[in-house]
Amino acid sequence: MPAITLESQRFELESGESVLAGLERHGVEMPSSCRSGVCHTCMLRAVSGTVPPQSQSTLKEAQRRQGLFLSCCCVPEADLEAARCEDALQQIDATVTERDWLSESVVRLRMQCDPLPDYEAGQFMNVVFPDGAIRSYSLASVPGHDAFLEFQIALLKGGKASTWARDAAQAGSSVRLMGPLGSCVYLGGAPERPLLLAGTGTGLAPLYGILRAALADGHQGPIHLFHGSLRREGLYLVDELRALEAAHDNLQYHPGILHGEAEEGIATEALDALIATRLPSLKDYRVYLCGAPEFVQMMQRKAFIAGASLQDIHADAFLPAAQPKD
Amino acid sequence: MSTLYEKLGGEAAVNAAVDVFYRHVLSDDRINYWFDGIDMERQAAKQKAFMTMAFGGPNSYTGDDMRKAHAHLVEKGLNDSHFDAVAENLSKSLQELAVPQESIDEVLAIVETTRDDVLGRMPAGA
Repeated sequence: MPAITLESQRFELESGESVLAGLERHGVEMPSSCRSGVCHTCMLRAVSGTVPPQSQSTLKEAQRRQGLFLSCCCVPEADLEAARCEDALQQIDATVTERDWLSESVVRLRMQCDPLPDYEAGQFMNVVFPDGAIRSYSLASVPGHDAFLEFQIALLKGGKASTWARDAAQAGSSVRLMGPLGSCVYLGGAPERPLLLAGTGTGLAPLYGILRAALADGHQGPIHLFHGSLRREGLYLVDELRALEAAHDNLQYHPGILHGEAEEGIATEALDALIATRLPSLKDYRVYLCGAPEFVQMMQRKAFIAGASLQDIHADAFLPAAQPKD
Repeated sequence: MSTLYEKLGGEAAVNAAVDVFYRHVLSDDRINYWFDGIDMERQAAKQKAFMTMAFGGPNSYTGDDMRKAHAHLVEKGLNDSHFDAVAENLSKSLQELAVPQESIDEVLAIVETTRDDVLGRMPAGA
């Protein structure tokens, strides 16, 4: 079996075991969050040996050349020597400036840091909570437009991050951020193209950034924003989005819920069915899909079948933070 | 003399064809469940490699890779009817793209040579 050497210590890996899982099994402290190759928290740098391509597939070319790889998706075929590389991800100290409730279950945190990092609308950052837990959150703010970083955090029962955002966070709280990361971003350069933005839950956060980036960019083509939730309480920013819709002829906002009383302007239908009804053909559309993985994956396929090109479908599935296996 | 791949239009033709072909495959209830839970982008890259090979273009196709890639599906019952349905979708896609029937026949003949590998069988007569 191959072995991983980290900081001059050698650890044997089991068959099919990732570097991350192996190190943890041997009691090595390793930062991690999504364990699926998305959040980049568990990144290491190869000093010698070969890393499999899937452990670098979401990295930038420059990072690959430095030998960086994601230990959660690295199952090496031969011995590997690696080093820690905490500073490979840009780390930023930020201060919470505003905290308010967008719904019963969504808290908005606005943060300041000087200078604001370079990012693109739709990207995400890793938030390091005071107890060391790391979670990825999408940016809802628009670079060059908003003078703050905005995150919209869904409060999950018992979630560490949620508990902090609900109880402890307040104006003045310090937070460490890492990133920005992610490639589901607003692409300019085609002001006439129709856009479909569709998300469930706080999948609205990156879409809210992408939408306002498109409007600020003078986008001319039709923009359709679909936001889905189980119940009416899960829809948020409804008034803000209706105001944007009223101010922009090319924008249509389509909220939908699965359960609950019918209400003016809010569909009671599954979001994929609602999209299929209102936009039967997605030919030439740029498509952005964010939120629950089940929705994102299903909608990727449906958007493609409805005529969108694969290269025009941008997806950001919100994976839950994963716990190491005991 | 130009090769079939060149006649069909090279890489640009493959790119156009992959979209049309993969869309037909995912819309076909006889076979689309085989693609449930599959990363679409990775799958499209594989479809592109497969089509380049089927068009007689530059490829690193090996029968062994095709065997390995499909072995777990064969265990779950992948059979000739599914292979035929994929070939039918390919043929239909090329017709839509106005590829001459003569060239479609050539492509399908190349595809046919992968059947035993895909379905994990020894080639006939071996």
